[in-house]
Amino acid sequence: MSSAEKYVTAAYLVVLTVLLAYLVIYAFKLSRLEREVGELAELARRRRDAERTSEPERDSEEVAP
Amino acid sequence: MSTSLRNNTAVALAVAAFVLLLGGLALAFYWVPDAPIEGFRQRIFYIHVPVALTAYACFGWAAWKALRLLWLRDERYDLESYTAVHMGLIFGILTLVTGSIWARTSWGVWWSWGERQLVLFLVLFLFYSAYFMLRYSVDPGPRRARMSAVYALFGVVLIPVSFLAIRLAEGLIHPVVFDRNVNSNLAGSQLFTFLVCFAGTLALAASLYVNELTGKRVDERLRELREALT
Repeated sequence: MSSAEKYVTAAYLVVLTVLLAYLVIYAFKLSRLEREVGELAELARRRRDAERTSEPERDSEEVAP
Repeated sequence: MSTSLRNNTAVALAVAAFVLLLGGLALAFYWVPDAPIEGFRQRIFYIHVPVALTAYACFGWAAWKALRLLWLRDERYDLESYTAVHMGLIFGILTLVTGSIWARTSWGVWWSWGERQLVLFLVLFLFYSAYFMLRYSVDPGPRRARMSAVYALFGVVLIPVSFLAIRLAEGLIHPVVFDRNVNSNLAGSQLFTFLVCFAGTLALAASLYVNELTGKRVDERLRELREALT
């Protein structure tokens, strides 16, 4: 491989490497977003369960004289 | 734009970028003849120049969105302008690195401080890198959006200066290809290959922009949701 061929290959490989690095960073970002969605879904589920358990207690308080 | 429509656009752009860049690469290596003086190394032109022009386009797009924000007082343009600057910087890094490799093989040096074109592009790149420092030194809100927009608008002034630098300066070694004699500077096959590669990098930038913008919007909405739930 001649010197010119090596430099041309290096230039194209740099572009490919930067794009792949961007893809890896984006994949990390997506996995973080997925984890955060999971945490928020869990939080919302717990809040809904807490509201459901507090509702019968409130109903029984209203019925009692 | 609805999320499904945006996703379809992103997929279409990604496919277009893949096809055009692969086609451009094949044309550059198997169809275009060696340049008379530069020889084989001239093939860096088909990646370096499209990437540089795409960086300019991204910064221009960021300035356009910044102008819309200041004009319409609509804060959704803030994220769009920010994402365009982000993309512009990625293509800016690629321009500097591929340009440096080309300089090494053509001129024998990795960098030349005497070249106004190179220095002005570096100034443009550093100017937009400082955009992030400004953005993250101010609390989120309308004030930060306006400050970022004004900064992005100021930066766009450097684009024509950077582009015209090699045309206005004298005694430089950086070649001028796109002038009035573009047809004699580039053969038909070279111009066609360049245009295919340029369309490919533009499609790639647009695809990355749409994906990045979607990711940033999701991130922002998740933060709002977290604040509402806790």
